[in-house]
Amino acid sequence: LSREDFQRIPELAINPLGDRIINAFFPEGEDQVNFRGFMRTLAHFRPIEDNEKNKDQNGPEPLNSRSNKLHFAFRLYDLDKDDKISRDELLQVLRMMVGVNISDEQLGSIADRTIQEADQDGDSAISFAEFVKVLEKVDVEQKMSIRFLH
Amino acid sequence: VDYQHVQVPFEITLWIMLASLAKIGFHLYNKLPSVVPESCLLIFVGLIMGGIIYGLNDKSPPVMDSDIFFLYLLPPIVLDAGYFMPSRPFFENIGTILLYAVVGTIWNVFGIGFSLYGICQVKAFQLQDVSLLHNLLFGSLIAAVDPVAVLAVFEEIHVNEKLHILVFGESLLNDAVTVVLYKLFRSFCEMPTIKTLDIFAGVGKFFVVGLGGVLVGLIFGMTAAFTTRFTKDIRVIEPLFVFLYSYLSYLTAEMFHLSGIVAIIACAMGMKRYVEANISLKSHTTVKYFMKMWSSVSDTLIFIFLGVSTIGENHEWNWPYICFTVIFCLIWRALGVLVLTFFVNRFHVNTITGKDQFIIAYGGLRGAICFSLVFLLPDFHRKKLFIAATTVVILFTVFIQGMTIRPLVDLLAVKRKRESAPTVGEQIHIRFLDHLLAGIEDISGHWGQYYWKDKLEYFNSKYLQKILLREYDQPKSSIVLLYEKLERKHAIELAEAGQLGHAPSHPSLLCRGFLCSNNDKTVIMDKTLEDTLNSDVLENIQEILARNLYRIRRT
Repeated sequence: LSREDFQRIPELAINPLGDRIINAFFPEGEDQVNFRGFMRTLAHFRPIEDNEKNKDQNGPEPLNSRSNKLHFAFRLYDLDKDDKISRDELLQVLRMMVGVNISDEQLGSIADRTIQEADQDGDSAISFAEFVKVLEKVDVEQKMSIRFLH
Repeated sequence: VDYQHVQVPFEITLWIMLASLAKIGFHLYNKLPSVVPESCLLIFVGLIMGGIIYGLNDKSPPVMDSDIFFLYLLPPIVLDAGYFMPSRPFFENIGTILLYAVVGTIWNVFGIGFSLYGICQVKAFQLQDVSLLHNLLFGSLIAAVDPVAVLAVFEEIHVNEKLHILVFGESLLNDAVTVVLYKLFRSFCEMPTIKTLDIFAGVGKFFVVGLGGVLVGLIFGMTAAFTTRFTKDIRVIEPLFVFLYSYLSYLTAEMFHLSGIVAIIACAMGMKRYVEANISLKSHTTVKYFMKMWSSVSDTLIFIFLGVSTIGENHEWNWPYICFTVIFCLIWRALGVLVLTFFVNRFHVNTITGKDQFIIAYGGLRGAICFSLVFLLPDFHRKKLFIAATTVVILFTVFIQGMTIRPLVDLLAVKRKRESAPTVGEQIHIRFLDHLLAGIEDISGHWGQYYWKDKLEYFNSKYLQKILLREYDQPKSSIVLLYEKLERKHAIELAEAGQLGHAPSHPSLLCRGFLCSNNDKTVIMDKTLEDTLNSDVLENIQEILARNLYRIRRT
């Protein structure tokens, strides 16, 4: 599958995060994704089942654990892959989601407030741990789960 | 003394006054509301009042007229519930809620009806003459969970949002089913023979009632939103439109024998989004508090009348029938919840735990709707038996289940509502995840809830907002609205703290003056908050407040 194939899906074109989602499927620098890679990405969204929690705690974490789901979302924010969501990256996402009616200044202050709420180590950017903390009360396991093929 | 002249309004006002005084009385004793839910206390007061009236007049006290209940007392409560229903959890769980409301209620009705018929067959109880149809009719009115009672009890025990919305949504939506079944069985009672065609007509009627109610509600909701688009210059009557349109939708639905409750809920939920964007802040506050006040008054009155109507000579106490009614209500509800949840958990990601199931089953309270419906029954010789049984069931569920549900919730450690202030960051991320999930669903071709939500949003922004919103070229996203709300609160706090430092000489006048100028100044703050809220602007606000405060002090 190439990027053009994804872009042909009509609803994805109007989704504000469409491009980023498409990019998430393709591993570093490649332009094609095979079925295996496609499945790997979608596997993040498998619902968490109870019996899996009791299986081996020492083995590698399954792709659909809460932490990996959050990591997937984090990577969509973090375009330059420096493990931090900077103010600019946040601004870009906000601009896409909020639309064109809000002034840049107001958007900037919203971004500032978001970073201020989440930032604990004072680096004016949101690290992965801080991101997890903001979403700790949200039921991410259930939100980011789709029942495929039932 | 011209009592006849003012009698009716005087008596109504006295009843309302009594209800409100009773409420004050309960809250004076701090310990009481935590042990006994308010609804129980109100029924108790009603019982006492009924006893007094009975003792004085030696005839049955006035029974609550079903018309008064359905036309005047019920709509405010349902409107309040529908308007303030958190729409996100509601629509996320709508499948489950509908399943419980529709299938669950039907299951309960037929279960209770048939088992009671079985009891009637036993010769020892002298109930031979209660036919199957009568039992089914009784089943249809006793099976429905009552929104008023559920609201009254669940309001005080803060269970987690999903559980609350499941029980509550079910109690609101099962009205459609109840209406259809009740009317169906009642008309069957009067018909000499019943053909299969009639049964199918009944099933079809259910869809008409439910969907028709939603349609009526939505039409009125959209009209209300459209009307508020033009009310910029007459802000004072804006709240009136909200109430008028909702009440009209209820009455229209009842007129066409559709489900009034479903209509009013659809109206409230449909218009909320657009009306809130169009009306001013003050109107918004007015709407909110009027609704709460009216629904509170209605609520109190209903429970008191329930108590009053219990006393009297309206009852035939056939204890076996009554006891079995109570037992069957409990059993069939528990079974229904178990079976349905089993199916729900197979198909949905949101699993409902065993503890939640227990609370859902236990929280199936019956209330005033059953009571009014039983009084509306045509007079046949066993009517008093049904009245007695209904009364006992209602008293049982409200008193015993209502009182014990709180300790049970604590005992079972059911997940409680998380008390936390909303943060802008959380909103942003949730919205982000919505988009993300919608995209993934598109890719995988799975038509899940995010897909439909996305489609609805798209339809909304392209067409509806243009027609229904006043400043349609500037709809504000919820992220921005939340941000503004939080900043406003923050600014008020800061200004208050800063202000009290400036003029210490008349603290009481200051507080009162500040509070009344506060409301007017929020409008100014609206405008100033359009720019960024940095420290300069904050000082600006403090200056404005100081100046105006000084002016008020001078007069």
